[in-house]
Amino acid sequence: MMVKIMYDAYSMNTLQYDQTLCNGCGMCVNVCPHAVFEMHARKAMMVNPLACMECGACQLNCVTAAIKVDSGVGCAAGMIRAALQGKPEAECS
Amino acid sequence: MIDLNSISTKPLITPTTHQMTLSDHWDHFLARVGYKRSQHRIKPGLYSIGDPQSDSPVFVTANYTLSFDALRSNLEGIDCYILVLDTFGVNVWCAAGKKTFGTDELVMKINATQLKKVIDRHILILPQLGAPGISAHEVKKRTGFKVQYGPVRASDLPEYLRTNRATPEMRKVIFGLSDRMVLISVDFKHNFLPTILLSIAAWLLLDGLLPASSVLAILFSASILFPILLPWLPSKNFSTKGFFLGFLTAIPFILVTLFGNTDTSLIHQISRALAYLLVIPPPVAYIGLNFTGATTFTSKSGVRREMLRYIPVMAWTFGTGILVMIASIFI
Repeated sequence: MMVKIMYDAYSMNTLQYDQTLCNGCGMCVNVCPHAVFEMHARKAMMVNPLACMECGACQLNCVTAAIKVDSGVGCAAGMIRAALQGKPEAECS
Repeated sequence: MIDLNSISTKPLITPTTHQMTLSDHWDHFLARVGYKRSQHRIKPGLYSIGDPQSDSPVFVTANYTLSFDALRSNLEGIDCYILVLDTFGVNVWCAAGKKTFGTDELVMKINATQLKKVIDRHILILPQLGAPGISAHEVKKRTGFKVQYGPVRASDLPEYLRTNRATPEMRKVIFGLSDRMVLISVDFKHNFLPTILLSIAAWLLLDGLLPASSVLAILFSASILFPILLPWLPSKNFSTKGFFLGFLTAIPFILVTLFGNTDTSLIHQISRALAYLLVIPPPVAYIGLNFTGATTFTSKSGVRREMLRYIPVMAWTFGTGILVMIASIFI
């Protein structure tokens, strides 16, 4: 695992999906900018989880709270600034 | 308590057009080069294009001129309303990330503009990239308005309105060469002055042209070559991509030091070459890592993993290189 991070820190992420909670509304398919979800038999399926950029759109628009993701802005400059100023992350300019 | 519904002011609607004027284009240019970056704003509120009726579509956007203009320039011949949220001059996607393009602001603007008095069809078309800030079911619950997410790009809106659906292609963000190229100017401007100052310092403290030009080479590689070459640089991590590009940048300086001018002692040449090898790659890697914020696909947890692993490496390599460079002055 550590070796993999050395050249690909994006080989994992915080996206979690509980299909048993899905009501089939398809909102996650609509909002995802990287086609992580697809509809199959009236349920959303996670077809490409590693493409997730953790923007949080699916979680926020999932009415049954079936999707969880630690969302935020994937921006090093923002995180460095937040760390230096002791502020919470997810700020960018 | 003031009952807001009892105030019978007429909803304020500002007419606009799909046409871009010369001053719009000038404003876009200034925004692209980063001149007064946060001041490319339009007034939040309700706008109209053409002659919209009570059943016309309502589009929602940010009060950044590039966002507003991208939207309206694609609405030729479409009678509609545009609801502009106050995102403090930030584009839709970034504003959604910090929730200024958010549920609360949308609800507030729906009420403040008295949108319910203007249209019967309580449907709003939002840009898909506004979704990280908006909870559609929450908006429905609080205002009765149904949020529909349109395509990512405003240029797909005419087709979206015709077919009433966005294809999978319209839903995907693309980050091509031209998208990366327009980002160069802001990054370049951001790093330009420090680079010039450092370059002059290198000129004065070391022995002239070569060290000074190595500083300029770092800026050129990191701010211009890195965004262009991004998909082709090896590995997924931005820092390792940057280290690789920085190493390539260092090669000519190492070669010129070793084989160019042979007036100085061998030990001086080797130490100076070693210094270039250690000093040049880390800043390229660091600026490269910062480019994550400009891309459309890096995740927060991934960027954090990269930072924890590679920022110490950058600091140690660079620090060692500076010490070797200082030592080379005395040998």
